[in-house]
Amino acid sequence: MKIEINHQSVNMPSGISILDACKSANINIPTLCYLEDLFPSGSCRMCVVEIAGNKNLVTSCSTQITEGMKIFTHSNRVIAARKSILELLLSNHPDDCLYCDKNNTCELQKLSAELGVRNRNFSKQLIEKEIDKSSPSLIRDPSKCILCGRCVRVCEERQTVSAISFIKRGSQTKVTTAFDGGLNTSNCINCGQCAMVCPTGAIVEKNNIKDVLAALADKNKVVVVQHAPAISVTLGELFGFKPGSDVNGQMTAALRKMGFQFVFETSFSADVTIMEEASELVDRVKKGENLPLMTSCSPGWIKFVEHFYPEFLNNLSSCKSPQQMMGALIKNYWAFKKNINPRDVYSVSIMPCTAKKFEAGREEMITGGLADIDAVLTTRELAKMIDMFNINLAKLKPEDADDPLGEHSSAAKLFGVTGGVAEAALRTAAFLITNDDSQVHEIHEYRDLEGIKELTVTIAGITLKTVVISGLSNARLVLDDIKRGIKQYHFIEVMTCPGGCIAGGGQPFGLDKDRIVARMKALYQIDKNEKIRKSHHNKDVVKLYEEFLMHPLSQKSHELLHTKYKPRTGY
Amino acid sequence: MLIIFPRIILTLFSICDIIHIVMLNTDKNGDCMSKQNTNITVTSLLKKFPKANRGDLIPILQCVQEAEKFLSKNAMMEIGDFLKLPLSKVYGVATFYNQFKFHPPGKYQIQICRGTACHVEGSSTILAALISDLKINTGETTPDGLFSLEVVACIGACGLAPVMSINGEFFAKLTTEKIKHIIQDFRDKEASNE
Ligand code: SF4
Ligand code: SF4
Ligand code: SF4
Ligand code: FES
Repeated sequence: MKIEINHQSVNMPSGISILDACKSANINIPTLCYLEDLFPSGSCRMCVVEIAGNKNLVTSCSTQITEGMKIFTHSNRVIAARKSILELLLSNHPDDCLYCDKNNTCELQKLSAELGVRNRNFSKQLIEKEIDKSSPSLIRDPSKCILCGRCVRVCEERQTVSAISFIKRGSQTKVTTAFDGGLNTSNCINCGQCAMVCPTGAIVEKNNIKDVLAALADKNKVVVVQHAPAISVTLGELFGFKPGSDVNGQMTAALRKMGFQFVFETSFSADVTIMEEASELVDRVKKGENLPLMTSCSPGWIKFVEHFYPEFLNNLSSCKSPQQMMGALIKNYWAFKKNINPRDVYSVSIMPCTAKKFEAGREEMITGGLADIDAVLTTRELAKMIDMFNINLAKLKPEDADDPLGEHSSAAKLFGVTGGVAEAALRTAAFLITNDDSQVHEIHEYRDLEGIKELTVTIAGITLKTVVISGLSNARLVLDDIKRGIKQYHFIEVMTCPGGCIAGGGQPFGLDKDRIVARMKALYQIDKNEKIRKSHHNKDVVKLYEEFLMHPLSQKSHELLHTKYKPRTGY
Repeated sequence: MLIIFPRIILTLFSICDIIHIVMLNTDKNGDCMSKQNTNITVTSLLKKFPKANRGDLIPILQCVQEAEKFLSKNAMMEIGDFLKLPLSKVYGVATFYNQFKFHPPGKYQIQICRGTACHVEGSSTILAALISDLKINTGETTPDGLFSLEVVACIGACGLAPVMSINGEFFAKLTTEKIKHIIQDFRDKEASNE
C-alpha cells in the first residue's frame, strides 16, 4: 500500500496503524496511552496526526492507513494540538519534578521539554490525593496520575489480575483498588508491570536505598549482597551502555566500592534451585505425584496461584526462589564457615523485580529466627545508588564475585529469561535420568519471547510434556485448559513478567521490545561462551552438598531451601 | 475534560457491552423492584439473573441496592464472584454512577442542594460546615448511624436557597450558624429518646 508521510512516499503493508507505519518509516510520534500488542484505547490523543482532506486530526495509534493517505506528523496544527493536550494534563499536575522518583525518566516531563512547554497556560488546580504506601513493593501517588490507563490495562490484559481500575468520574476519576483501599488490601501480585508502563511518577517501586545505606554505615554489620542473573545484562542501559551489554564484572566492582563486603551471585543459588527442582521433577514423575510440577522462582506467580488457583498449590515446586535460597545459605552456611555471627550479617539482594520485595517479607522466609533477606533493591535503585556514589561504571575494571557463593554455571544465568529455568532444569534432569553427561542440551524451542511455548522431550524412554509461560494472562489460559482436562503436562515454567526477569518490574522503565530482545540474546551469548553450562557442574554447589546439605531434597535442604504456600483472599 | 468520559467507558467495557447494559437496564429493572423485600440476601437476589453475564452488572447492582438500600463490600464481592468480574471493575462501575450508595443510610438523611440558586447563595460553605460538623464526606454515614450526607441537584425550592432537607423536611435560608443548631437539635432529640 502506497502512502505519503510528510511528503515522502513509502510502501507499507495494509492493515497497520498510522503509528506503526510511521515507526517503520523511522518517524517518532509521541504517545501516552498506547501499548504495544494491546488494543489501542485512543484516550490520550497525544498521537494525533493531520491527514490531507480530513477536517479533524486523527489518533494515529487507532487509525489504520488507507491507500494514498497523506499524513503529516509534525505540522504546525498537530504540534499545537499536542501542546494544548499536554498543557491540559499539566493543569492539575503537581510539578514536583525535582523531588519526584521519575525525574529524568518521566515521559510527561520529556514530552513537555520536547513540545516546549515552559510556562503555565492554565491555572493550577491541584487535587490533593492520598499517596498509597501500603504495598511492600510499590508506591502510588494518584496526584501524578494522568489517567492514561496503561497500568489498568497491563494489570487486566497482560496479568489478568485487575487489582486496579478507574473509579468515579469527571474530575474525581482515579485509578485505585476495589473500595479505594491500599494496594496491600488488593490481590495485587506486586509484579510492577504497571510501574514499567506508567508514563509519570504515579507508580514507582518502594525505595529501600535508605535502609541499605544505613546498614553500610553500621560498623557492627557485615553487609553482603547478591545480584540476580538478569541484572548484569540490564544495568548497563542506565549508564549509556547499549542494550544487551553484560556489565557483570563492573557491577561487582561498583558494589565493592560502595562498601558491600561480599558480593555473591544469585546464579549460584539458581544452580542449587536446579539441583533441588530437577530432583523434585524426577521424583514426582517416578511417583506420578502432584504433576505437573510448576516452577516457584517467580513470586508474583506464586501469589497469583495463592489468590486465583489455590487448587494448584500442591503442584508448585516447594523450592524457595533463588533469592531466598541464597539468603538462607548466607546466614546458615556461609556465615558459619566464615565464623561470622549470622545476626551481624545484613543481606541485600539486587533484583529485576518488585515482587521480590514482597517475597523477602513473607513470614515463611525466616530460617532459624532470621529473615533470609534484609533488603531488596531493584536494578533501578542500584543505578541510583551508583549515581549517588558518583561511580563511573564504564571506567571500572571488572572484578570477580566472592567464593564460594559467587560461582555459577551459565544454566543459572538463563534464569533471567523466559524458558531459561526449563532449559537449565532439563540439562540437569537429563543427567539425573541417564547418568550421561556427554552433551549440553540447547533447547531452541524455548528461546524466544512467546508467551506460551510447548515442548515434549523424551529422555531415556521417559516422556516429559513441558510448557514455558510468561505473562500471567498466558498462565491463566494454560491453567484453565488443565482444569478442563484439555491439556496435560509434567513440567511448567512460569515467569510473571512477559519475557521473564529481563523485563521484570524492577528493570529500567519501559517495555521496548528491541531492548528486551537484546537482553535475551546477551544471556544466550553468555551461555554459549561459558565452559560450565550445567548446574550440577558448579564445583561449589557440589561442595555445598558434600559438606553441608548431603544430597538434594535432604532434610537439611528441606529446612533451609524449601517452603510452603497458602491460599489467599483479597480483591 | 471532554476526553475523560469515553476514556473510562472504553476501558471498562466494549461498546457492545454498553449497549447491552442499557437494554437490560430497562427490561429487567421493573421485575426486580416489584419484589421489594429487605430480608432477601444478595445470593437469592442473584438467582433472579440465571443467565447473567458482565453486561448485567448494572441491573444487578440496582437490584441489590433496591433491596439493601446500599451496596456493601460483601454484596459487591458476591456480585463480582457471580459475574466472574474482578472486584475493582465492579467497584469502578458502581462508583461511576451517582445512583449507587456505599454506606447504609443514616437515621437522618441529609440532602443538601447544590443547584445553581443554592450555589449562588453559598451552598458550598454550608456543605463545608456540614462536613466539618458531622466529620464525614458526602456519600458517607456517621459511625453512630445517625446522619448520612448526600449532595443533590436542584430540589425545586430555589426561593429558600440555600436549602437542605432531612428525611424530607426542608430547612431554608441556611447559614453555618443555623446548621450547627439544626444538627445539635437532632442530636439532643436522639439523646433524650434513649
Ligand atoms: S511525574 Fe514527571 S512531570 Fe510529574 S513531577 Fe514527576 S517527573 Fe515531574
Ligand atoms: S503490580 Fe502487577 S498486579 Fe499489582 S497493580 Fe501493578 S500490574 Fe497489577
Ligand atoms: S498511574 Fe500511571 S499508568 Fe496508571 S493511569 Fe495513571 S499515569 Fe497512567
Ligand atoms: S497514544 Fe494514541 S490516543 Fe493515546
